[in-house]
Amino acid sequence: MAHAYTPGLKVTEKAVVRKDRRLPLKGQVLVKVGDQVKSDQIVAKTELPGNVQTVNVAGLLGILPEDVQAHMLKKPGEAVAKDEPLAMSKSFFGLFKSVCKAPVAGVVESISGITGQVILREPPLPVQVRAYIDGRVVEVAEAEGVTVETYGTFVQGIFGIGGETDGQIAMAVDDPSQELTADHIKPEHKGKVIIGGSLVRHRALTRAAELGVRAIVVGGINDADLRAFLGYDIGVAITGTEEKGVTLVVTEGFGRMTMAKKTFNLLKSKQGLKASVNGATQIRAGVMRPEVIVPLEGRAQADEVHKSDSGLELGMAIRVIRHPYFGRIGKVAALPHELQKLESESHARVLEVEFEDGTKAVVPRANVELIED
Amino acid sequence: MAVDPNKLKVILVTDCGSTTTKAILIEYKNGEYRQTTRGEAPTTVEKPFEDVTKGVLNAVREVEELSGRKILNGQDIITPAQGNEGVDIYMSTSSAGGGLQMMVAGVVKTMTGESAARAALGAGAIVMDVLASNDGRLPHQRIERIRHLRPDMILLSGGIDGGTITHVVEMAELIAAADPKPRFGTSYRLPVIYAGNKNAREMVSKTLSEKTALMVVENLRPVLERENLKPARDAIHDVFMEHVMAHAPGYKKLMAMAHEVPIMPTPGAVGLMIQSLAKAEHISAVGVDIGGATTDVFSVFYDKGTGQDVFNRTVSANLGMSYSISNVLAEAGLENIMRWVPFEMDEADLRNRIRNKMIRPTTIPQALEELQIEQAISREALRLAFKQHKEMAVGLKGVQQERTISDAFDQSATGETLINMMDLNILIGSGGVLSHAPRRAQSALMMIDAFEPCGVTMMAVDSIFMAPHLGVLSTVHAAAANEVFVKDCLVRLGSAICPVGQGREGQPCLTVGFRRADGSQVEESLKVGEMKLIPLGPEKVQATISPAKGFDAGAGRGKEFQATLEGGTVGIILDGRGRPLQLPEDKKQRVAKLMEWNQALNIYPAK
Repeated sequence: MAHAYTPGLKVTEKAVVRKDRRLPLKGQVLVKVGDQVKSDQIVAKTELPGNVQTVNVAGLLGILPEDVQAHMLKKPGEAVAKDEPLAMSKSFFGLFKSVCKAPVAGVVESISGITGQVILREPPLPVQVRAYIDGRVVEVAEAEGVTVETYGTFVQGIFGIGGETDGQIAMAVDDPSQELTADHIKPEHKGKVIIGGSLVRHRALTRAAELGVRAIVVGGINDADLRAFLGYDIGVAITGTEEKGVTLVVTEGFGRMTMAKKTFNLLKSKQGLKASVNGATQIRAGVMRPEVIVPLEGRAQADEVHKSDSGLELGMAIRVIRHPYFGRIGKVAALPHELQKLESESHARVLEVEFEDGTKAVVPRANVELIED
Repeated sequence: MAVDPNKLKVILVTDCGSTTTKAILIEYKNGEYRQTTRGEAPTTVEKPFEDVTKGVLNAVREVEELSGRKILNGQDIITPAQGNEGVDIYMSTSSAGGGLQMMVAGVVKTMTGESAARAALGAGAIVMDVLASNDGRLPHQRIERIRHLRPDMILLSGGIDGGTITHVVEMAELIAAADPKPRFGTSYRLPVIYAGNKNAREMVSKTLSEKTALMVVENLRPVLERENLKPARDAIHDVFMEHVMAHAPGYKKLMAMAHEVPIMPTPGAVGLMIQSLAKAEHISAVGVDIGGATTDVFSVFYDKGTGQDVFNRTVSANLGMSYSISNVLAEAGLENIMRWVPFEMDEADLRNRIRNKMIRPTTIPQALEELQIEQAISREALRLAFKQHKEMAVGLKGVQQERTISDAFDQSATGETLINMMDLNILIGSGGVLSHAPRRAQSALMMIDAFEPCGVTMMAVDSIFMAPHLGVLSTVHAAAANEVFVKDCLVRLGSAICPVGQGREGQPCLTVGFRRADGSQVEESLKVGEMKLIPLGPEKVQATISPAKGFDAGAGRGKEFQATLEGGTVGIILDGRGRPLQLPEDKKQRVAKLMEWNQALNIYPAK
């Protein structure tokens, strides 16, 4: 296959970013094309059908299922309040009455003469979709949602937890190789997106959540710390719904990993600006990576995104993403065509990389990532 | 439209996997069917392409380039074959877009619920949940579950013919109340297949026909003593084509291209191939396909209860070597993975390495120790997947058993697993970690460690994962499919002899003797705790196997017997570690043992 390398994560200062904001079911769109929106503004809303409750009327009244219909006080489609009589049976010349009350408020959906069950549907649940980023509405899909566009800085991480949030960017460390410790996290970081260096541990994460930090962006995390913070092991790589009080974006990988200088410096240059952050990661099917978006003033020329369809080329900046050179950055020095035998005895297409210190190594093409502008 | 198998001389088959689309060309040359060319390209179901046929055409173009045969005319496949142009038929399987995801419902969880799950699994589906009247959940919890999971379709069964109606209708009412929406698109109604009590058909239709696309087929458990899964499985395939596939990106075009044979879910096709092999050779077989996200296990075993060969398939949806690799860690536990690593390593480091593979799933092991770690994890993924399979591949539960006096000492309960490792003839592995292991002996040992075969078992791997292609081909030309499977697909590694029993380390365990075709005589003895490899190429030999007292290699404890052994790319493997397999508790001792076995079987290069 021609494309045996991993396309890099985007770290771009000036980009046009578009976000689809869709409803789970059809509903109402509240904005129109051209509207300027704020990240917390509701752009679309709908109602999900309410929960369903079954009531075993036949059982509760001690009657046969086929007789339920005749004993109902409410018809399908009629509303019923909580504890309102739903059905009633009389016995012994009307002397004894049994009443079946509605366990929840809702609407009678159906009455079954076979099972004797009555189904009540609770009131619908409202669902709202926010804009997530400050920007402009560029597209409206009728009754389904909108596309919001912004111009700004766009940084993708490799893995994250927690959902969408926003806050001002604040630097918590001075150097990308520094660990972000609990001591670095101060009360003034409340409501902010803080940038760490090579590692964040369980204690620092907990402190951030306690202090009300919105998000942490950091180079690496130990799996053991992630597990301790979440309280469980992540199985399949689908995240974003964790509710731990803080969103986390990891830019390099698991373990102590110095954040790429470029990423660190770019985020540092945006200190004090508002960023929208999402930790949601989905590695299978339509890869979704966590992200930091910093909308910028004006609308200058976006940086050209170098998308090389032909794959790797000599001189391209790459990062090795597997042992034994994990995390090292260099340039493509040679691209031999033939398959080569690795130490593991697997045969693979390889490339020669020249690291920043001038040393060279041969690595499989599958184990490098382009550093994209 | 019936296809005439005699006219099929040039056959093109693709399998659209979740990451790669693989195309193979099969040609009839010199009196035999052989796979001649293979091409592959990334699958294009997801954004930005969202058209599966793009990947198919790319893979076919690679076949064109490699074979020199012109197959495409623009975006059309040229049929029939004439000279060096075109093919006689094109067909495809697919597991792209997450495969076929189903919910099943029955009345009693261990009876009709289980039968419904078997029907769905056998058809190639992932069973997201089994709903049953006795599943311990409240009605609203079941409804929430249906709404939350958004399956591609639901299979509703329940009640033997003439049995309960109320419970079946109750399940139907819950489905109707949930008003589920299918995964792809909101514009069509969710398909529901009803395969339950025939007396409840009318009521179920009344309840469901307005809200869902209901299809009614024969009861899959008409009486407690018998399953009738085929009509339900066929219906699942029909619905898969008509509803699910037709709404996936680009599949209408793919269905038009492969119009002569319906597109099949990939695992369904693999299952057909395993069944076809077991039938042709009159053997019991286990096949496993370990992928990045899921692991499928297939088996064909003789069921003494019904007197028939029974096919079973299970899918472990979250056991795999890349996307799901972290889940293997979560389910197996770190210690169970560490026990297969033949060197000492830091646990925190291992955890981080597993996570890094999860977030960058396409990377490959460059260093030897990385390969050893991946192969350690694969053993646990395979072991867990097989454990789940054994729990699912059971005899029918709830069946009244008649026993004679001779059965008095063999009282087995209903619902016992059909998997009898002593009866197993062949174990076939496929999927990256097994098919592409740098040394074939590595694949053999991974499977032996994970499956713990007993007695004499042939070990094999599917060289390039052709089983899906051949499975769909078997629906129109079984002989051609079998021929290619045996000649080009299956790589025989060699027989493994694994005596069952426990003994003290170093005591005699077994001796084996045979004469090779070149006349050389082999006599080998094995001690408890030892592994040995006897080089033997692809030939069959008659061997005398004598287990030591307390060990059973197939004929009973301590009983000598004659058996046919077959060599292969690895040779004859002798496993004196006993069953069940136990590794030394002490870390140092364990590492030393692993290294000893690796050396005996020449598993890894000397560092």
